[in-house]
Amino acid sequence: MAAKTLTIDGKQISAEEGATILQAATEAGIAIPTLCHLEGVYDVGACRLCIVEVAGIPKLLPACTTRVVEGMDIKTDSERLRKYRRMILELLFAERNHVCAVCVSNGNCELQSLAYSNGMDHVRYEYNFPKWGVDTTHGLFGMDHNRCVLCGRCVRACWHIEGAGTKNVAGRGGKSRIITDLNMPWGEADSCTSCGKCVQSCPTGALFHKGSTVGEMERDRGKLEFIVTAREKKQWVAAD
Amino acid sequence: MQLDDLNAIAEKEKAAAKKVCLRTCMSAGCMSSQADVINKNLDAEVKARGLEGEVEVRRVGCMGFCGQGPLVGVDHDDGRHELFEFVKPEDAPAIVNSLKGGPCDVQRGDPQHPFFAKQVKIVRANGGIIDPESIEDYIAAGGYQALHQVLTEMKPAEVIEEITKSGLRGRGGAGYPTGLKWGTVAKSPGGKKYVVCNGDEGDPGAFMDRSVLESDPHLVLEGMAIAAYAVGADQGFLYVRAEYPLAISRLQIAIKQAKQLGLLGGGIFETPFIFNVDIRIGAGAFVCGEETALMASVEGKRGTPRPRPPFPAESGLWGCPTLINNVETFANIAPIIGRGADWYASFGTEKSKGTKVFALTGKITNNGLIEVPMGIPLRQIVEEMGGGAPDGRKIKSVQTGGPSGGCIPADFLDTPVDYESLTKLGSIMGSGGMVVMDDTTNMVEIARFYMEFCMDESCGKCIPCRAGTVQMHHLLEKIAQRKATLRDLIKLEELCDMVKNTSLCGLGQTAPNPVLSTLKFFRKEYEDLLQPDQFGPPGNGQPNPQSAPK
Amino acid sequence: MQATNISTGQNRLRRALDHASGDKRFKILEVHMKKHQFRQDALIEVLHKAQELFGYLEDDLLLFVAHKLKLPPSRVYGVATFYHFFNLKPQGEHTCVVCLGTACYVKGADKVMNALQDRLKIRPGETTPDGKVSLLTARCIGACGIAPAVTYDGHVAPKQTAEAALEKINQWK
Repeated sequence: MAAKTLTIDGKQISAEEGATILQAATEAGIAIPTLCHLEGVYDVGACRLCIVEVAGIPKLLPACTTRVVEGMDIKTDSERLRKYRRMILELLFAERNHVCAVCVSNGNCELQSLAYSNGMDHVRYEYNFPKWGVDTTHGLFGMDHNRCVLCGRCVRACWHIEGAGTKNVAGRGGKSRIITDLNMPWGEADSCTSCGKCVQSCPTGALFHKGSTVGEMERDRGKLEFIVTAREKKQWVAAD
Repeated sequence: MQLDDLNAIAEKEKAAAKKVCLRTCMSAGCMSSQADVINKNLDAEVKARGLEGEVEVRRVGCMGFCGQGPLVGVDHDDGRHELFEFVKPEDAPAIVNSLKGGPCDVQRGDPQHPFFAKQVKIVRANGGIIDPESIEDYIAAGGYQALHQVLTEMKPAEVIEEITKSGLRGRGGAGYPTGLKWGTVAKSPGGKKYVVCNGDEGDPGAFMDRSVLESDPHLVLEGMAIAAYAVGADQGFLYVRAEYPLAISRLQIAIKQAKQLGLLGGGIFETPFIFNVDIRIGAGAFVCGEETALMASVEGKRGTPRPRPPFPAESGLWGCPTLINNVETFANIAPIIGRGADWYASFGTEKSKGTKVFALTGKITNNGLIEVPMGIPLRQIVEEMGGGAPDGRKIKSVQTGGPSGGCIPADFLDTPVDYESLTKLGSIMGSGGMVVMDDTTNMVEIARFYMEFCMDESCGKCIPCRAGTVQMHHLLEKIAQRKATLRDLIKLEELCDMVKNTSLCGLGQTAPNPVLSTLKFFRKEYEDLLQPDQFGPPGNGQPNPQSAPK
Repeated sequence: MQATNISTGQNRLRRALDHASGDKRFKILEVHMKKHQFRQDALIEVLHKAQELFGYLEDDLLLFVAHKLKLPPSRVYGVATFYHFFNLKPQGEHTCVVCLGTACYVKGADKVMNALQDRLKIRPGETTPDGKVSLLTARCIGACGIAPAVTYDGHVAPKQTAEAALEKINQWK
């Protein structure tokens, strides 16, 4: 594979042909905020937090799905990008009911960390306060739709890694929601193997192990990478 | 099927022509006012008077003057044309009577009216003339000659060259050069390629494509077949929205007829070229007009868009190179091939060649479909052809481009209608919807209307569009209800900028346009609704200084 | 726990297939699927046909489609709820679809809509409690030349006013 040389935030780096901007940046030690991106499953470019500026291209591009090109000059951090990222996070917090103080993922939540790291300390938009339910019908896991950010990571983990296709998105727009099988209670979903990959993949406290109490739940993302590598490459190596 | 057979069909059809022809518009608009009964009554009346030897009663497609429908056109043997408007089923005897000079008080339209006289018909040349359910009619009008010419005389690269030379740009809205797109698909490696016709005309206030599909389905099929030959595809999909049942049924008929005559399928005109077309019916999702969402829908999935690149030209349906053009773009192809790129390029402006079909609706005296050369001043369209606003009112603005476009104020009516000029005004050409608004229109309300549309039609995949449209709609409602302050207006403008720049697909990227363009030209209407801010003025334009980190 | 889960799901599918075996419409639907060679990408065409046959897409019907096209039920449900054209609930005996496209809107479709809402005492998307009338909206039916347009039981009526719409509704009562 041919290497491509490019500039990210003023730093000259080289990346493999076919690599995404996100991969190239990560390798060079440059952090780009992400939410819908999850190692081990394909990218969809949906959350728009990883948008970057590329010299000569008027549109902002998502780092997770844009492939590197020779000579690219990329900015991952600018006043404009910071502002947009903050606004996106504000929109998310206003969309559903994200109350950190009573959440199982408090302290272990990607949405929370993103808000901290991007300086989003309060929300200027009116909260929607929707009334979403909580599904605790499954023996091991629960789903609180109030905390869902619709990143689709659980859906992709269920389809792409586990291959069960239990989870999907139903409805559209702001009324979209994650469903199991034919919109039935999770506990009655025939296709669910109870593997828990969706729970591992969730960035917030929307999917949780039953019995976890406030602030208690930690994820093991390495497990997902381990399984993907094992299934695709037949190499059983634990992630560091 | 060979050229001789094609010509024989045309000759036979022409020989069967009768001296006088009564044409009834059978498009969705006129059909809603009993055009089918009118046609039946005319037929019965002609037979009752024993005139069937000299008078033909023909079901035809859209004549364009939809606001005056149902329409019946008459072609006399001396070359005169007449047009009857607002026809009722019981008018049939009087109309037939008038053929022999009898009295008839059915309202007559003026075929010399600027609404008709200023039109240049390329795409709609057969509209209102031929029977859309008869392939013989289409062939008699010169149909499928271009396909024959392409398959027997031209190399694929020559076809692309001709289309490039014509200057044709995508009629779906964005105006991407058609020849360039075809060239990319043709060059993309891969055995299997697809041609897709985007007939998901979702813009409210637009019905150009519906009318083309209903009036001249073979024109679109022929264009698709030529495209398939040029790019090396053997399978086409026609994606039509479910709201157009008449268009779907006429396309089904057209495909069946073309297959029977060997103009679709294998070995067309006894060449090795194979082309099959399947219809895919949409199911009510505006976002499916976006090409990547449309492809997901053709594959039977949720119609959510995906980031581009890769563009469909490289990786489209099932990962294969795919050419996607809009209905009107395909409808331009056969005429360009038949009459030459230079002829086509002689219409329009430097950068926008040819003609464009517009749906002229809203608060306008003459509403319907028009086809005009690119670059015609907007004023000529709305004032001369459209006859201005009814009831003595003044035109306030013209909305083009639907929910992705903007409102052009009356002060700019002298703007030439081409891709660049409209973009400069903060609107877009779009697919051709033109909604005229008079001075009673509340522009804030119009912006709110479009935002509600985008909010409902957002697929929900990316956050800026899904959650941003909800907040923008909320702020617009707040302003309209006189509950907002300047702070809210600034918040709205900030959101417009963010959603425009960060959304995944065209729907989100253009959703703020109606707000931005009304703010640009009618800002006072917004400001008049604002309330004083209890916290005092927002200061230096920064919405909330304490929110900025670092 | 798991044992009960599995049997619930299997029972549901078995029940759906039992249900299907006694109903001729399922046979017709299956023939339609066969015409598409049971291709998974024909899901939307199949759902169109299913709705045409049954009027709406109930759970058993969706399960039947998923089973025959070998698709996960979540995918079928996700698609059925994405597109506005598909109804998952039964519709009224009559349907009244008010076009709210721009051309209709600027010509007073909102007034027609308000009059219908007041008379029927339901909101768009709902059906009257007696199951007589469903009130729906359309984004644009492309009949802008005759705006405002309302579709009554599949027939487009041109240039509607509040009075004309109410008169039409009264004929149904």
